[in-house]
Amino acid sequence: MKNSLNRNIPDFINGIGKTDPFTGAWNKLKKGWMDEVTISPPNKAKLPHQKKLTETLKEAIIKTSPKDGMTVSFHHHLRNGDYILVKAIEILAELGIKNITLASSSLNNSHTKLVKYIKDGTITKIWTSGIRGELGKAISEGIMENPVIIHSHGGRVRAIHTGKISIDLCIIAASSADEEGNANGAIGKSAFGSLGYARIDSRYSKQVIIVTDNLVEFPCFPLSIQQNFVDYVVKVDSIGDPTKIASGTTRITKSPMDLRIAKLAADVIENSGYFKNGFSFQVGAGGASLAVAKFIRKKMEDKEIKGSFLLGGVTSYGVDMLNEGLFKTIFDVQSFDAEVSSSLYNNKNHIEISASLYANPYNCGCMTNKLDIVVLGALEVDVDFNVNVITGSKGYLIGASGGHCDTASGAELTVVVCPSFRGRISTINKRVDTIVTPGESVDVVVTERGICVNPNKPELEQLLVNAGLNIRKIEDLQKEVENIVGVPNTIERTNKIVALIEYRDGTAIDVVRQLKPVE
Amino acid sequence: MRQKRRTMLYIPGNNPAMLIHGGTYGADSLLLDLEDSVALEQKDSARILVKNVLKNINFYGAEVCVRINHLDTPFGMEDLKEIIPLKPDAIRYPKTETIDDLKRLVTVMEEIEDQHNISHDEIKIHIMIETALGVQNVFEIAKLCHRLDAITIGGQDLTADMNIKSTKDGSGIDLARKMIVMAAKANKIDAIDTVFVDIDDEEGLRRETEKSKNLGFTGKAVINPRQIDIVHEVYTPTEQEIRKAYKIYKEFKIKKKEGIGVFAVDGKMVDAPVVARAKYTLQLAHINLQEI
Repeated sequence: MKNSLNRNIPDFINGIGKTDPFTGAWNKLKKGWMDEVTISPPNKAKLPHQKKLTETLKEAIIKTSPKDGMTVSFHHHLRNGDYILVKAIEILAELGIKNITLASSSLNNSHTKLVKYIKDGTITKIWTSGIRGELGKAISEGIMENPVIIHSHGGRVRAIHTGKISIDLCIIAASSADEEGNANGAIGKSAFGSLGYARIDSRYSKQVIIVTDNLVEFPCFPLSIQQNFVDYVVKVDSIGDPTKIASGTTRITKSPMDLRIAKLAADVIENSGYFKNGFSFQVGAGGASLAVAKFIRKKMEDKEIKGSFLLGGVTSYGVDMLNEGLFKTIFDVQSFDAEVSSSLYNNKNHIEISASLYANPYNCGCMTNKLDIVVLGALEVDVDFNVNVITGSKGYLIGASGGHCDTASGAELTVVVCPSFRGRISTINKRVDTIVTPGESVDVVVTERGICVNPNKPELEQLLVNAGLNIRKIEDLQKEVENIVGVPNTIERTNKIVALIEYRDGTAIDVVRQLKPVE
Repeated sequence: MRQKRRTMLYIPGNNPAMLIHGGTYGADSLLLDLEDSVALEQKDSARILVKNVLKNINFYGAEVCVRINHLDTPFGMEDLKEIIPLKPDAIRYPKTETIDDLKRLVTVMEEIEDQHNISHDEIKIHIMIETALGVQNVFEIAKLCHRLDAITIGGQDLTADMNIKSTKDGSGIDLARKMIVMAAKANKIDAIDTVFVDIDDEEGLRRETEKSKNLGFTGKAVINPRQIDIVHEVYTPTEQEIRKAYKIYKEFKIKKKEGIGVFAVDGKMVDAPVVARAKYTLQLAHINLQEI
């Protein structure tokens, strides 16, 4: 079966079941409610003054009576500094638990050891918004029997609400917690900021363990995670390495190329009609994307424009803009560097939000729906403006869906920034390897070689032309880049599906097939 | 209107990535360099690379100049033979010290141009003054030929030649800067200031560019794309300056019809030099004088 983007999606995928093909970015939402049945959170009970503290993580896990086939969830707020996810899986493996479904809000380079536990059958299914490094490589090469399901941050909430991700055990690393399980990531030696992705898990998981390296006197405040959802609390020496949370992504780039792209993107924003008092704004944390904030900050100062709110993954750069009064509020679902944590703790206008409030398509007003402008990165874009942020030029899973399609869907103006080619590989292609974000929700693609406006936004194009910007057809740009770098060899794949890419509404927007072994 | 040369971006001729992307950074002029930035053993490969870049890459309207090696080196002649047929906007000649240097270049260029049926005024010539002797002779060199379109001061080589330290305030080459500007202005050609080497010192670059502008330089050579916007900001008239120039020029056109040459705008005397400055400001701002 082909979905509306002409992607070949099987009706039924082994290990996943029947698929629901993508039909359009807003098609399913038009109805006003979700067809799938929502599940209730578990009803739990504790006796008065019953103790939750355990000596070790292993003891806590044993108390939850782990069993084969269980689903275990984690958050990725510690990014590459995470010590807890792998540790917990090691314990479950030691206990002989098999066929675990791993549901982590994302997976990264700190999770490479999971390859071992996939090989030995401890983990047999994965839900995640992203996969990188050796783990991504192994999965792309077909290490798993069942395909991984890649969801967006908003889509993950929907999957939990519908019970598609039915969490048996949720293990939440927190930089501070008390004996009852009130916890946050804003303070403590391993502070990492918002716990936005973990909130939904704590509410819907059958059992919840809080792991902290900073057990504080009751009550731990603020209550990012509330005690009424928590079963056990354990203190460990260290939950992770906060210096690796940033992963080098939060400094403003010095790359002339990224800065050039960012400047052009800022010019687009300035002349789009959305750059005005009260606008809301989100930028990614990577190279050109974050650099756009630098130019927008200057334009806001020059034109004396004050914004409403900053959204999403938050960097210290965003915090500076809040402190300078350029924006009234930050809604923070995920923090990208340690400095953000203190702002989250000390500034009442820096507000922690859950993934549901951030981006869940099935509620009455996620924040992405109120977003005016978002700037996003891309691994590649095609002439239909579809964006790939998950598979790299060699076909491996190296990225994350994250909030990409959520914010693109919600924002009035979605600007994708990317160089027109990287190394010798084109970024603007006739057809992307994998679609994560549908082109209909992308308004402008900005590269160093010009700006392309989606033909479905003629008024926007006219505004930008009137402002003297170099607007060109994406097909022309694609051809120019092809003339420079040529056409790369086709990525050879087998028929085996190694990942299903879910759109935020749960439909199948694309699949990733196994890479053919190199002979 | 004259080609704007607020910035001239140096691109090493042996760096494919920078050559391919050179036109995307928004510099007014690009200098594809076969001379100092290319090691001796890479001269041939750089020449081949620059040739292919000239043939195949879009520079998005930027002026494209190629700095060749001096004809006294084993590479200069070959550079001209290979590059001239591709008709870059200009050839930049390094270490020009005497009239004879420039004469020799022109003669060689014309011979090659004749072989390829290229007219003698299609490719412009830029020279670099980077020795004390060159500075001493710059007035004579500047008026030698109509093809000469810009003079650049090479600060690094000049300080070396003068055996002085290269300082951030440029005090050692102050006189040379002024002489080169005067020579260029006297012949109605552009004067390009030398590079500012500390690429992370944005404020230092801004200060030096303002100084260059005040001395009369048309623009500044840059070595990193990050320097382009700062130089452009300094050399681009502000909204206030444009409004003032517009007012002066509009009043000038009215008074001209009435046969009045000297008049006042906002209480300040306006005469021919003030009008000329206003015209230049409006041209820099891409304002069509006919429509005023």
